[in-house]
Amino acid sequence: MRAADRPVQRPLDARLLVVDPCGSLRHAPRECLVDELAPDDVLVVNDAATLPASLHGTHDRTGEEIEVRLAGRGSLAPDDVHAWTAVVFGTGDHRTLTEDRPPPPALQPGDRLRLGPLVAAVRRTLGHPRLVELRFDGSAQAIWAGLGQHGKPIQYAHVVEPLSLWDVWTPFAGPPVAFEPPSAGFALDWAMQGELAARGVEVATLTHAAGISSTGDPALDARLPFDEPYHLPRATVEAIGRARARGGDVVALGTTVTRALEHAAAHGLRPGPGIADQRIGPGTKLRVVDAVVSGVHEPGESHYELLGAFAPAAVLSRMSDALEASGYRNHEFGESVLVRTSARCPDQPVCQPFRQPPDQPPTKAR
Amino acid sequence: MTTYSDNESHLDEGHVNELEFSGLRVAVTGGTSGLGLALVRQLSRLGARVAFVARGEEGVRAVARQVADGHGIVGDVSKKEQTYPIALQIKAALGGLDVLIHNASSLGPEPLALLADTDCEDLQAALDTNLVGPFRLTKAVLGSLALAARDGRAPVVVHVTSDAADKPYAGWGAYGASKAALRHLGRIWHEELRGVGVQVLDHDPGDMDTPLHAAAVPEADPASLKDPAVSARELIERIAAVRQAAAPTVETKEVEHASR
Repeated sequence: MRAADRPVQRPLDARLLVVDPCGSLRHAPRECLVDELAPDDVLVVNDAATLPASLHGTHDRTGEEIEVRLAGRGSLAPDDVHAWTAVVFGTGDHRTLTEDRPPPPALQPGDRLRLGPLVAAVRRTLGHPRLVELRFDGSAQAIWAGLGQHGKPIQYAHVVEPLSLWDVWTPFAGPPVAFEPPSAGFALDWAMQGELAARGVEVATLTHAAGISSTGDPALDARLPFDEPYHLPRATVEAIGRARARGGDVVALGTTVTRALEHAAAHGLRPGPGIADQRIGPGTKLRVVDAVVSGVHEPGESHYELLGAFAPAAVLSRMSDALEASGYRNHEFGESVLVRTSARCPDQPVCQPFRQPPDQPPTKAR
Repeated sequence: MTTYSDNESHLDEGHVNELEFSGLRVAVTGGTSGLGLALVRQLSRLGARVAFVARGEEGVRAVARQVADGHGIVGDVSKKEQTYPIALQIKAALGGLDVLIHNASSLGPEPLALLADTDCEDLQAALDTNLVGPFRLTKAVLGSLALAARDGRAPVVVHVTSDAADKPYAGWGAYGASKAALRHLGRIWHEELRGVGVQVLDHDPGDMDTPLHAAAVPEADPASLKDPAVSARELIERIAAVRQAAAPTVETKEVEHASR
């Protein structure tokens, strides 16, 4: 796949590969996303603003240079900014591929990390030398001031020019809680929101702390995604109710929205806070989301696995081939796919080649 | 330097219903002197949660010490790279945003100068602080304002303008042109944001006894100038009226949000 290497959120030539419930593929201009939605559908979006989660500094005890990437916390509350889960890297910056970055110095409980104006103490390591729980000194206000002054958004090797916060906030970004951008949201500008409203498509929001995509270590990557707090507003629960009552689709703009909604749906779809701790994959039966708009991902990535809940492996394989053949750009500033759930396909094939190994009986179609 | 009036008890508090501002989340730029400081103090007394932005760290600390529950943010709205850190801290301090008051202002050239004697960099400085800075900051927090609208909180953006935006006063070219542009920008914002539920208004506070005015007209007799506390009260009453018009039964509801 070609990486999108410039931080342009809405390139005019961005495409959307549409996968319909029965597995047909179609290319569309992403700026015409409105045409893919019908009156009475609801488009649910993640209004999280991206944190400047990357903090460079030094490890006091050894004097070595480190980079801390904040990766988790227990809630979305703005004053809950002392304790964080973090991934720590050794020296270097984003121009080195994440997986080629050296590991940090050995981190021990009590170690102090000096990160610009911020000071943090390592509370404990979390089963891996790069993964720690840390605690910042100072008041919540001072911590936010330090993040604003010294923090940078997590950078990517494939985007050479350093990213600023304005590059990684969606146009409708609200509460600053995301560790990396909920980048499916880059597609939605204010003009498109107006067009959706004119078409009778409701746009509803939730806030989900989109997590980091890569830790630089395969063993740690396998533990992604971490638990991610979210908040589901009452107005969104009501909008979903209206859409379903009218036969409209619930379309998730991004995997973060899918994760939050499906978690909420598994717990009664009630408004309020939650922590999305589940993995979504080929075995998952979707409860509320009918379609997802996501970026261009590859097998092995958790985003790709999530698509397996919407479409069978054979369809996703053809999708990947089409994306590759047509040169779709991947990663945060890349192009997009819209995958509709195969549960909506009226004629389910019974035979699903390649889903089961030859010595197991074929399963009934979903 | 911060200047402030201790003498605000004479102001009639009766016109503004405290309930309307209790818990309201307000950000004020240029909040450590003049009109901005008066707004911060009065809004805070009305029970609003106030974040204020100014360039001088000492001034921010001094005001933060005086104002209960006020959040001071050091930042320069004219600088592009500071806009998002400022927006980040506003959102974090208040857990959202209901009212944004663009009050921070630059005269451009100091002392004031005829346009023919004005360096283009000074015109640029006026535009950066008075027009482009507010534009950027509004965009950076627009998602939060839209969220407030969906929560029924009738959000408002205020552009503090001037009669210099309207009348062609010689010597006031850079400032006047930038404020005229700001006012028109606000009108177009207001049209475009109708569907979103965010209102934008411009407010001319009159000629006030403030450091900015003193820098512009050093020879002015302070007795002939308005007390900024009076201007602040007028603006607060206008914000209350505009919000009431948008949502007749608006009480500042409990924030239905994780960020409390």
